[in-house]
Amino acid sequence: MATPKVEMKHIYKSFGSKKVLEDFSLTVNKGESLVIIGGSGTGKSVTIKSILGLLKPDKGSIKVDGKEIVGMSSKELEEVNSRSGMLFQGAALFDSLNVWRNVAFGLIQGKKLKPKEAREIAIEKLKDVGLSSDVAELFPDELSGGMKKRVGLARAIAGNPELIFFDEPTTGLDPIMSDVINDLIKRCVDDLGATAITITHDMASARKIASKVAMLYQGKIIWHGDVKDIDNSGNPYVEQFISGKAEGPIQMEVRK
Amino acid sequence: MDFINLIGRVFLNFLQSMGRFAIFGAKSVYNCFTPPFYFRSIAAQMVEIGFYSLPVVALTTLFAGLVIALQSYAGFTKFSAEGAVAMVVELSVTRELAPVMAGLMVAGRIGAAMAAELGTMRVTEQIDALYTLSTNPFKYLIAPRIWGAVLMMPILVFIGDIIGIYGGYLVCVYKLGFNPSTYISNTWEYLQYMDIVSGMVKAAVFGLIIALMGCYNGYYSKGGAQGVGAAATNAVVTASILILITNYMLTELFFMK
Ligand SMILES: Nc1ncnc2c1ncn2[C@@H]1O[C@H](COP(=O)(O)OP(=O)(O)O)[C@@H](O)[C@H]1O
Ligand SMILES: [Mg+2]
Repeated sequence: MATPKVEMKHIYKSFGSKKVLEDFSLTVNKGESLVIIGGSGTGKSVTIKSILGLLKPDKGSIKVDGKEIVGMSSKELEEVNSRSGMLFQGAALFDSLNVWRNVAFGLIQGKKLKPKEAREIAIEKLKDVGLSSDVAELFPDELSGGMKKRVGLARAIAGNPELIFFDEPTTGLDPIMSDVINDLIKRCVDDLGATAITITHDMASARKIASKVAMLYQGKIIWHGDVKDIDNSGNPYVEQFISGKAEGPIQMEVRK
Repeated sequence: MDFINLIGRVFLNFLQSMGRFAIFGAKSVYNCFTPPFYFRSIAAQMVEIGFYSLPVVALTTLFAGLVIALQSYAGFTKFSAEGAVAMVVELSVTRELAPVMAGLMVAGRIGAAMAAELGTMRVTEQIDALYTLSTNPFKYLIAPRIWGAVLMMPILVFIGDIIGIYGGYLVCVYKLGFNPSTYISNTWEYLQYMDIVSGMVKAAVFGLIIALMGCYNGYYSKGGAQGVGAAATNAVVTASILILITNYMLTELFFMK
């Protein structure tokens, strides 16, 4: 069997006394589009940031393309990350740079392309996410939420990554814009033939993007399977989450 | 028991943040000397720190020169030693007043701005985004700020020296009726190379302190807008205190042999 794209084994991560990941294991194969679902604050972003090496797990192993990244030097990590892209929850566009420079950032800084060349690619990628070249010279604070997400998406795919992360791509958008973003994500991932890991608690989005779904609860993956099986998972936690009911095995910490 | 517990916890926290700061400082300085260098960003920081701080530095050193001339005249006139006023102005401006004044002013302007900028980039995940785009924030964000501050502070202080001494001249000649050419020749007579150089070395060290405190507090800020505000305040307060302490130590090092 081929090496998995990402393989996380027995990851532990806590912040101070707060345990976030506890014995977390997850495997993502090449070409899969995995969606991680789970409540707010359960550690979904921490999971992605660990794979990118932005956070270091307290214990455990993370392999990308079969290479251990925990404890890797920042130079090697840069090399691994040059083949991945990420769309951040708030888009995380650089305020001081205009749209095309944001999209071309990784091409100019990382891949050392000439600005002229990089600009052409950036305009092309902006077109891929449905933005005209008019926005290329605008600055991030002149864009709406949906446009920022699109620019963030264009920046994430600009380097033709093999592995792409989407952190809550539809949170904070209206339902129609959400669907537009879902379509774009699906198309971009298919076009690139990339492996994708998406975090969401929006089930419509999950059903549209995912080939696999994994559910995170109390620091562990408690269910992992094909998206077509999600409605008959037989797992009470998953059932409660996708139906969105307050009653069930998942108890929210609500102080009375 | 609880009390001892608390002291222990505070002490451990203190050690932990000292350790974190030491690592941060070493990493920052190391990245100042290893490529890639972002010359455009360095130039932008030099303009921001050097050019735009010029008005405040000029104003503060001017008034420092004016007031030190008045006070030393008030003192020396009791011993009929007015001739020493020029020397006191020259010594205190170049060795102490210009570097400390410029350091505190730039700490307020630039330290706060650096902390706020990096803090905003931290809480909006822009710093994480840099890493994912194969760019090391220590080289892209922090090294240019350190270079900018360390290179421009001495120049600011040199200009401050001239303005401060000129301030002393203004008071002595136009208010106290000194002979201008005697005042100037007195100044030249006592002025030593070391006075100017020591002030500029101090300035470079203060520049490093300002940039490190600004970047450190910004880089590790958390908790949204409030956290960014706290980072800016901490950057200014810690840099100012460190500047005053380091200034004393450097004075001892340079002049008390
Ligand atoms: N850098 C950090 N420092 C301290 N706590 C953190 C940090 N990052 C995340 N956390 C905590 O870890 C928990 C999980 O966060 P996160 O992964 O962002 O949740 P989500 O599943 O909503 O993405 C939260 O309780 C958060 O407070
Ligand atoms: Mg999150």
